[in-house]
Amino acid sequence: MSKALKEITLGRVFIYLFLIAGAVIMIFPFYWMITGAFKSYVEIGQYPPLWWPTTFNFDNFVIAFEMAPFLTYFRNSVVAMVGSVSLCAFTTILASFAFSKLNFPGKHVIFGLLLGLMMIPFEMIIITNFRTIIDIKIYNTIFALIIPFTSSIFYTYILKGFFDSIPDSLYQAARVDGCSNWKYLWRVMVPIARPSLVTIILLNAIASWNSFMWPMLAVVERDLRTLPFGLYAFVSEGGAETQLMMAASTIIVVPMIILFLFARKQIVNGVARGGLKG
Amino acid sequence: MSARSVGKKNKVSLKSKVEPYLYLAPFAIGVLLFTLYPIVNVVLMSFKENYNFINQSYSGWGLGNYLYVLKDAYFIQAYKNTFMYVFVVIPISTCLSVVIATLLNQKIKFSGMFQTAYFLPMVTSTIAIGFAWRFMFNHKTGIINYLLSFFGVEAINWLQIPKYNFPALCIYGVWAILPFTIILLLSGLQNIDPMYYTAAKVDGAGPIKSFFRITLPLLAPTIFLVLCVNTISTFKVYNELFPLFQGPGIASNLFTVVYYIYYQFRIKTPSKYGYAAAAAVILFLTIFVFTMIQRFVEKLTKD
Repeated sequence: MSKALKEITLGRVFIYLFLIAGAVIMIFPFYWMITGAFKSYVEIGQYPPLWWPTTFNFDNFVIAFEMAPFLTYFRNSVVAMVGSVSLCAFTTILASFAFSKLNFPGKHVIFGLLLGLMMIPFEMIIITNFRTIIDIKIYNTIFALIIPFTSSIFYTYILKGFFDSIPDSLYQAARVDGCSNWKYLWRVMVPIARPSLVTIILLNAIASWNSFMWPMLAVVERDLRTLPFGLYAFVSEGGAETQLMMAASTIIVVPMIILFLFARKQIVNGVARGGLKG
Repeated sequence: MSARSVGKKNKVSLKSKVEPYLYLAPFAIGVLLFTLYPIVNVVLMSFKENYNFINQSYSGWGLGNYLYVLKDAYFIQAYKNTFMYVFVVIPISTCLSVVIATLLNQKIKFSGMFQTAYFLPMVTSTIAIGFAWRFMFNHKTGIINYLLSFFGVEAINWLQIPKYNFPALCIYGVWAILPFTIILLLSGLQNIDPMYYTAAKVDGAGPIKSFFRITLPLLAPTIFLVLCVNTISTFKVYNELFPLFQGPGIASNLFTVVYYIYYQFRIKTPSKYGYAAAAAVILFLTIFVFTMIQRFVEKLTKD
């Protein structure tokens, strides 16, 4: 009995040690970035490295904000994110409803084709999209960061799956009572599907906030840059010192860390569901 | 039946015919303009000889772009690097993730805290956290070389000596892909009926034995899925190059397929859209093969 107990506790200790070591490695770059943002020019160049800055002040942030318009970058990121995520949520809700509850010829064929399109890598279509935004005259405007992302096959696929799970009898009953499709969608379906909707909105917001490749192509003007592109330009063009680079990086990362701390479950569930079916 | 009610009925049925398309329209516009049309266009573009982006003229149809790309030393290098990257990152990250997911799936305390720690890299900018890695990889003052010095390893110049660029990219790559991989495996583990473990315990099987006899076989479909999904995503490695090396390695030694596309149509002057398009189609075909393998095996395991 006591031997078995010992084995169990020993195994437990091993599990915890392993998990803690792994967690430290996963978290460490964040720790190093944020503490680095508070180190002085001298401190950051020290060897052996300092584990902890000697003083905590926001000098690096102030200097970084003076050197590059991070406030403008921040605003652009927020505008692009809110714009593309809300438009995409709108088109996704409407399309998912049509695919799930309405009937029209070729519905299943069209949906099948859309699923096929889902495996097209974004990297393949940017060449043409770059040309398109020039043709429709939104190149180098904030709209170039919003308009191409108003529809998402992936999120429509996820939301349609959830809509499918809402029993049709509910829909029929509402129709008999004279409820229009539009009213039914917004008054019944959307409230029921709220957890799913929140998840796709969160995933989309994270993707938008972190996107780098497209903003780098779609805008040239400095005042139109989003945070990741602005940060990259800050380092590659300005040759920013390490502690400033860490301060600027912290600005981008912290909002997403906060979001993740509050909405971890929804985000993780969404990723698991999307990844396993997609 | 009065004429009026017939008219009303027709109106209703007309409305119900048109209505679905109204719901689809906003979505369809986006898909047609920014997904479907670009695919068709990029395939056509890849067969146009001497395509000029400005006035959209071309001298004829042919395989010229493909012949150029397939012989281009940069593309060959890019394809090799990309495959190497996939073959290093995928096995390491998958093995680590299976172990971590299995442990996270035990009844442990602070599981919320552990999950936060393990999943955090997934939501943060590749560029921003890539700069943190660049700082950590620093030759003279970096924390990685400092920690390695305790094991008698001499300072490695990860970022400035070409042959160390690839290992640096892989280390960052493994770290960055772990959260997604662990999440998928963890959700696969949670679908395993706990009955199996209870039965194994009754039969006197230890944790190691039940891991190999129960967990691994039952997790196999999820592991396979993860392998495919991750192969596709790592095959598109690109963003990571910017914070670490500000380009494809320190001496143009670390081209990847996606970087090559970007290079042909944005960095090279004059831009070569035809070459970029041909490379994009080759990228798609490669990914297509992996997707087909995944679908095929998925069907096999389901039947």
